[in-house]
Amino acid sequence: MSIVQDQRTSDKNTTITNTAVKPGRLKSLWPWLALFGIALVLPFIFDSGHSVNMLNHMGIAIIFALSYNMLLGNTGLLSFGHSVYYGLGGFVAMHVLRVINDSGLGIPIELLPLVGAFAGLGFGILFGSVSTRRAGVVFAMITLGVGALVHSSSLMFSDFFGGEAGLFGNRVDVSSLFGVDYGPSEHVYYLIVAWVLISVIAIYLLRKTPLGWMANAVRDNPERAQFVGYNPQMVRFLQFALAAFFAGLAGGLFVIADEIISAEAVSAQVSGQVLLASYLGGIGYFLGPVFGAILVTFLASFLSSVTDAWVLYFGLMFIGVVMFAPQGLFGVLHQQSLAIRDGQWRGTTLIRLYMLLTMVVSVFGLVCVVELAYHYFRSWDPSSPFDLMGFTVNATNALPWVVSFAILIAGIALLTAHARPMLARRTGADSKGGTSS
Amino acid sequence: MLETIVFSLINGLLYGMLLFMMSSGLTLIFGMMGVLNFAHASFYMLGAYFAYTLGSVTGFWIALFLAPVLVGIVGAVVERYGLRRVHQFGHVPELLFTFGLAYVVDELTSLFWGTVPVPYKMPDSLNFTLFNLYNFDYSAFKIFILAVSVVMFVCLYILLKKTRAGLIIQASLSRPDMVSALGHNVPRVFMMVFAIGCALAGLGGVVGGIHFVTEPGMAVTMGPIVFVVVVLGGLGSVPGALIASILIGVLQTLALSVDISLASIFSGIDVSRDNFFSTIWYMESIRLAPVLPFLLLVLTLIVRPRGLMGKREA
Repeated sequence: MSIVQDQRTSDKNTTITNTAVKPGRLKSLWPWLALFGIALVLPFIFDSGHSVNMLNHMGIAIIFALSYNMLLGNTGLLSFGHSVYYGLGGFVAMHVLRVINDSGLGIPIELLPLVGAFAGLGFGILFGSVSTRRAGVVFAMITLGVGALVHSSSLMFSDFFGGEAGLFGNRVDVSSLFGVDYGPSEHVYYLIVAWVLISVIAIYLLRKTPLGWMANAVRDNPERAQFVGYNPQMVRFLQFALAAFFAGLAGGLFVIADEIISAEAVSAQVSGQVLLASYLGGIGYFLGPVFGAILVTFLASFLSSVTDAWVLYFGLMFIGVVMFAPQGLFGVLHQQSLAIRDGQWRGTTLIRLYMLLTMVVSVFGLVCVVELAYHYFRSWDPSSPFDLMGFTVNATNALPWVVSFAILIAGIALLTAHARPMLARRTGADSKGGTSS
Repeated sequence: MLETIVFSLINGLLYGMLLFMMSSGLTLIFGMMGVLNFAHASFYMLGAYFAYTLGSVTGFWIALFLAPVLVGIVGAVVERYGLRRVHQFGHVPELLFTFGLAYVVDELTSLFWGTVPVPYKMPDSLNFTLFNLYNFDYSAFKIFILAVSVVMFVCLYILLKKTRAGLIIQASLSRPDMVSALGHNVPRVFMMVFAIGCALAGLGGVVGGIHFVTEPGMAVTMGPIVFVVVVLGGLGSVPGALIASILIGVLQTLALSVDISLASIFSGIDVSRDNFFSTIWYMESIRLAPVLPFLLLVLTLIVRPRGLMGKREA
């Protein structure tokens, strides 16, 4: 009956398992250490205030996306209301921060995220007890309902949610465990890195516990899990509460990083974004949501500064991944690297690169069309010349439109009618690796 | 007091029938295909915008028919080239596909028609006062909304229950292999169902766009409420959707027009105003109104997941 189960069985290309690292093998730990090392030096490379802020948000998004994937990837629970635990955790943390500001309560700022985490856990237990009785579409609908309920009740409880303006706090005048001054965002960055590290390890280890494995079993076949003697409802509930815990932790960190929180934090947009990030990255891999969170945060910050069409690009990218690469972008990279290792690229490398080229050309053409359209419809004077991919063009002339559409159509035509059949012929009909489609 | 209640009932009925027009297509698509269409409210919005643009050329009455047809064609294309491909991966990717589609449609709408509301007004032929109740004018357009929705309900009911096409549609859901063995093109049946569902949403938009405001945010505001209607009525049940729509419409309008709180009902009991409980005690029903549908949704899913009239659980 589980709807996620169909996806697993029908999509044989996707490897959805706990990609296990055997204990005691230091060799397999090096990518983690490398990532951690990169995280430590990043603020020295990107040292502008804006980019440090973005790095902070990336860290928060990583915890949030990993917590989301405890539900979707591990337990097969599609939630449309995960922002509830993130936002409510953040709000409780903010209220505690304000109490600290006002009365000098002795909670060090480093532990404030834990306040958010336990608030998230509390709300997770409260709402989880009613929503995890069923999986599948009913669960998705209940989470959607709870999300809308909490968001619309922000109008009712304006004291708690701070009304339109939101709530402010001050992270500087709070005692610190290590005597650090958290005025500069770089210092906050290292606090976030520490919490990301703790959360990543904790969530990773949770997957290795009996609960983590039972969550996979409940996702794949709840009836069999029940026959073995586990209560699927209980497993779902525990996973849900734990996921809410980490979501609340992310919310608490957000309060420290931004010092402001508004009812937007519990909105459906935030829930949508974490779903987008996790799925884009790849819900079948532990690092998929991490990859997705980094990508989405970066794109949201970078794309929105260069183009008005960034929401459209997000939507198109998401649809593209759902339709052609359900294993996620990280999954595609992983499969291709496996294919290279197994020698599947031998003899077909050029064709694969040619295919990649046609994809890039199609995307380039699409971007040109979209940018032209946005300039034509959105700017005050559509005939004013603007810069498109290094050319100064006029969106009211036919020429740039014709060229852009020609590039787009040529790219798609070459991809579907030439490159893909060529690869299929070369690798034989039963090929598994290779193309993402 | 009687005046307020009569008003609320009439306005609630009106609002409820509009909700029904939006949600009947969704319940049809879910009931027949098992696809929970997140982009349904976006098709509703498309209907309003199509009718606005067409109406400025052809006039309202032709647009009333053309706009839903156009929305239906868009829906058919989406099903044929998008959903059908995702269908093989299972129900969750289908849900996610429509989720992404909603983003794209909303963004494209605000691209083509701008981010500010468009002046989509009711036709002059319906812009007159039909009757007057307690010194409040009811325009012919409001009655027209009621008429359209009733006609829609009757047609839909007859199509599903009394015609051969309805039989094939229902059979395609439970026994697709058998229907296909009998010589029917099941994927095409699904495409038609999706197109009809979208066209119904479009028709809702043609009428609703006038009653409310035609702006790019209308899909986001109506989307969750449409879901509530469908779940409350029972997924896949058209009569259930009708009852749920009217129920929600009347409830929400009542909460908005009758200004009561627990404190005003039990005025004898005095509660101090500075604790958490007092926030609830003095909560006016106006502030409760936006929460009501979602409260109903959550309660329904917990207590009776198959909804009012649903035959099976979601």
